[in-house]
Amino acid sequence: MIEAENLTKVYEMGDSEVRALDGASFTIDKGEMVAIMGPSGSGKSTLMSIIGCLDAPSSGSYVLDGVSVENMNEAEFAEIRGKKIGFVFQQFNLLARTSALENVMLPLTYAGYSGKDRQNRAMKALDRVGLSKRTGHAPNELSGGQQQRVAIARALVNDPAILLADEPTGALDSKTGVEIMELFQNLYKEHGQTVIVVTHDSYVARHTNRIIKLSDGRIVSDEVNHNPIKAGTPRVEE
Amino acid sequence: MLFSENFKIAIRALRANKMRSILTMLGIVIGVATVVALLSIGKGATASITSSIQSNGSNLLTVSPGKQQSGPPSMGQSKQASYLYYSDYQLLQRSLVDNVVAIVPSYQSSYLIKYGDQSFTVGVTGVTKDYQESHSYKVAEGRFVSDGDNKSESLVAVLGSQTAKDLFGGLTAIGKTISVKGVKFEVVGVLESKGSSGFGSSDDAIFIPLVTGYNKLFGSTATYNDKKIVNSIAVSVKTTEAMDTVSAQIKFLIRRSHKLASSDELDFNVLSQADLLSTLSSVTQTLTVFLGAIAGISLLVGGIGIMNIMLVSVTERTKEIGLRKAVGATKNQILTQFLIETLTLSLLGGIIGILFGVGLASLVTLTGMLTAVITYDSILLAFTFALAIGVFFGLYPAFRAANLHPMEALRYE
Repeated sequence: MIEAENLTKVYEMGDSEVRALDGASFTIDKGEMVAIMGPSGSGKSTLMSIIGCLDAPSSGSYVLDGVSVENMNEAEFAEIRGKKIGFVFQQFNLLARTSALENVMLPLTYAGYSGKDRQNRAMKALDRVGLSKRTGHAPNELSGGQQQRVAIARALVNDPAILLADEPTGALDSKTGVEIMELFQNLYKEHGQTVIVVTHDSYVARHTNRIIKLSDGRIVSDEVNHNPIKAGTPRVEE
Repeated sequence: MLFSENFKIAIRALRANKMRSILTMLGIVIGVATVVALLSIGKGATASITSSIQSNGSNLLTVSPGKQQSGPPSMGQSKQASYLYYSDYQLLQRSLVDNVVAIVPSYQSSYLIKYGDQSFTVGVTGVTKDYQESHSYKVAEGRFVSDGDNKSESLVAVLGSQTAKDLFGGLTAIGKTISVKGVKFEVVGVLESKGSSGFGSSDDAIFIPLVTGYNKLFGSTATYNDKKIVNSIAVSVKTTEAMDTVSAQIKFLIRRSHKLASSDELDFNVLSQADLLSTLSSVTQTLTVFLGAIAGISLLVGGIGIMNIMLVSVTERTKEIGLRKAVGATKNQILTQFLIETLTLSLLGGIIGILFGVGLASLVTLTGMLTAVITYDSILLAFTFALAIGVFFGLYPAFRAANLHPMEALRYE
């Protein structure tokens, strides 16, 4: 699914240069649920934007779903983002004054679906996140958890190869956060959805089956998590 | 992605900030409205001048005193006053026989006139019988000045329709005696209205026999070196083709009578209606272009207003742009979205502006000053200009939006 080799990302900051990512290599298979973990400044956001095709690496190779994406132009990049990747953000990033249904339909608009198709697919996606009764509500009429569910429905609506979540529980209270993690676990278990969660929170990371740890732009550990926390079970500290 | 899709997004974005959209549009509305209104008023002024000149009959040559000016008069050269004389008229009357319908001398001066409590100043013109036809007047009541009036130097007056109304209201004017500078005249006729020409109504006038005028009213101001002077001599020519010939004959005759050497410039002008028309219409055209240019500047300012607001909008919606890119929008799609937004603003503003402009022009027509002529040209011009401004000032903000880096846009706070 993902084959990354020796990815680097260098930012020019005046005279000095910052190596946000310094030779990261890993593969993620189809149907895995992985956490990318690290403190702020570790390069996890940079890695996320490269995995999500929001940014190109300075060097290294990246193959996504069998397609090498290094030398793509802007339009091809946009198409990959729209069709293969479903983004979930910390701040939900829903369009204000726009109904849940229309928010979910947004990626379909750019992918070129017709009006009828769009509506059907968006309804199905909202159903999968348990919001089939809230389709007409605007974001300000929904709770934080519900807004994040709309965002997840939007991410799922194009049947993406990867669901890429950036601190998905960061703006939610712990109870709602657990519900969102439960939703991710269901998508992974029942539908074989590949899920990548980027987080600084080890409790969130331990809900996944594999944890990649980053520090100073390098991968410092990449371990299978044999006993992932089942979302909804009482929290036990290590 | 379809155009209608982008259009819907644009409308939604504009409605989200209603007040701001309306104010932005106002710049274009005012610009387009002034362009349309000023062009219409300019065209109306041209048309009214043209029609007032043409209403005087088209085969008319007007002889008037004065040197043909080419360029400004040079300093130090004292310009000698030149006159046309009643004797010039008599000379033309004797010599021009072929091709000429009538030769009409006139002398005009303004006097205080009185009837009852009414008194005001009006231009009094001494004329002969043929003046009526050469200047296309129609008699509404009574009669015009006759040859007999001139021969017998009778104290009779014919009133323009407006003057009759001002003096007598709705009452009959015929048979009444009015006082012009203290001299009593009997009203023998009232003319039909020629309609407003916008520049000095030809209905505000009194006509008297020219000879009566010289002997009983005008006094010494109407003479120079003991010769009676005229303001102009109108020569009504039979056919348009004969105009040039007659014009040349007139120049030859009066040049000789004024004893000008062949090297001297003429001290009088012979103008056809066509000459007058082209001179005046070139003046009004310049004026129209000038007015249009001023209106164009306000349109430009409106365009800058649109650009300003769109730049603010792009900054405000950085996160939205980032999200749209994350879910698959290409640069071009973002560019189109924002461009359509500006175009919607400027086109909507353009349409409203055209309506306002047409309304303004109609309002001017209603005041009766002049009839504004609304042409499709000026509407099309204003609309195209608004569209061009929308594209021109919309491109930069749209490019800014399209070139935002998706990751940085998403992180923008």
